[in-house]
Amino acid sequence: MSEIVSHHPRAISLQRINAMVLRYWYLLMSSWPRLLELIYWPALQIITWGFLQNYISQASGFFAKAGGTLIGAVILWDILFRGQLGFSISFLEEMWARNLGNLMMSPLKPIEFLLSLMIMSLIRLAIGVIPMTLLALFFFGFNFYAIGLPLIAFFCNLIFTSWSVGVFASGLVLRNGLGAESIVWTLMFAVMPLACIYYPVEVLPAWLQLVAWTLPPTYVFEGMRSLLIDHVFRADLMVWALVINAALFAASFAVFLALLQSAKRNGSLLSSGE
Amino acid sequence: MQQRETGQGQAPAANQAPAADQGGSAAIEVAHLVKVYKTTRAVDDISFRIARGSITGLLGGNGAGKTTTIAMIMGLVLPTSGTVSVLGAKIPEQRYDVLGRMNFESPYVDMPMRLTVRQNLTIFGRLYAVKHLRGRIDQLAADLDLKEFLDRSNGKLSAGQKTRVALAKALINEPDLLLLDEPTASLDPDTADWVRQHLETYRKTHNATILLASHNMLEVERLCDRVIIMKRGKIEDDDSPEGIMARYNRDTLEEVFLDVARGRTREGAPEGLS
Repeated sequence: MSEIVSHHPRAISLQRINAMVLRYWYLLMSSWPRLLELIYWPALQIITWGFLQNYISQASGFFAKAGGTLIGAVILWDILFRGQLGFSISFLEEMWARNLGNLMMSPLKPIEFLLSLMIMSLIRLAIGVIPMTLLALFFFGFNFYAIGLPLIAFFCNLIFTSWSVGVFASGLVLRNGLGAESIVWTLMFAVMPLACIYYPVEVLPAWLQLVAWTLPPTYVFEGMRSLLIDHVFRADLMVWALVINAALFAASFAVFLALLQSAKRNGSLLSSGE
Repeated sequence: MQQRETGQGQAPAANQAPAADQGGSAAIEVAHLVKVYKTTRAVDDISFRIARGSITGLLGGNGAGKTTTIAMIMGLVLPTSGTVSVLGAKIPEQRYDVLGRMNFESPYVDMPMRLTVRQNLTIFGRLYAVKHLRGRIDQLAADLDLKEFLDRSNGKLSAGQKTRVALAKALINEPDLLLLDEPTASLDPDTADWVRQHLETYRKTHNATILLASHNMLEVERLCDRVIIMKRGKIEDDDSPEGIMARYNRDTLEEVFLDVARGRTREGAPEGLS
């Protein structure tokens, strides 16, 4: 019998990432309520906030001038929030299915697992957000794609943040079991008031502004307002957001690995219930 | 209780590994393995070697430490102290070098319920980089009689069918080492017998090593070359089924199991016990 396998067992395998994406794709396609839910909440969100924007822009000169800031903020917030949910829900599917032990015993590596969750978050996001942007265009005349190239910078920074939060939340669930599931649904809302989605950073008290500037989404939403109100693209804000995002992602990945080790010490990988 | 003869707490080289271990490189080597969860010693300084091509049964009541021992061999639980080596690789440090040559089945994990049997086997086949996957799935479907429900979702199968699918997943990569936790649980006697036959054939045709935890003493008597009995985290006895039955002066392993579980000594067992 041969000794240990030598076919680059330590390399990242596209085939394994592919297999996991296929697994989530099968799951998504097996259930129309799952698909519908991806579209349902973003659609309701954009319609509600769109009408609100229409109403206040009639009464306020500022909103009439800064057309679309509210709708733009709603869509960008949804990219951030749904990006994280898309990541975390795919992870939770493994916990709900009690399949994590099978995966952890297979040659699938943690980084491959996380990469497949990132790809799935993009797929789920596309299913939810593209119809949302079309609704914004047809109902409220707001062409999200007219933002142009800055949109790519906004999108990349937000999705990067959503993955970091998703990796961190998944690590907590991995370590603590499904009892920690609510963290997945609520963690991003802790970012909401500080990321200044609907209002400028200067609204916050001075000390809280310092905290807000540690969060990459703050730079994105400030950048969006600068673009829609002053018609200026602030590349400096995007670069700062990217730098902080890189540090945040590295930290969340390190925390995930530490929590995985802790789960192995604690024996919670085989008993991932509440 | 009489001290067991196979060197509990001794280095593996000092162990007598009866019946199965013919010397040479072992499939599994466990030395002074300890696992402490907070104040509970789930596994308490055990050592053994398992020869390649053998079938070894791990017996013990609930809480004896069988599942924790298997989980440490798989690298899903980190030992408090001691060492584990599988197919020549140190666990957990080198586990990715050999995970492709191992597989397992456990009642603590499930296959995703919404996916069909074929989809599940396809995903795991890809995770294990199985060549000619379609043919391999067809072969397993024929061997394990899965054909009629290959395209049915896993959640719609009976308990016995699910066990067979889990076994198919465990065999998908034709592993050199198979770790099984209660492999015939929930199966009717006919199917259980048929699965045992399949495992025996698989061992012979692939020279595979099988470690199985079971409460089914008839199964262990029939399948195993060697039996390791655990109690409260320690190895209570370690020998061939015939050797153990002779030592306890019992006709069946079930009687031996009851002797061990109820604290009857080997010396005391023959007299005055029904």
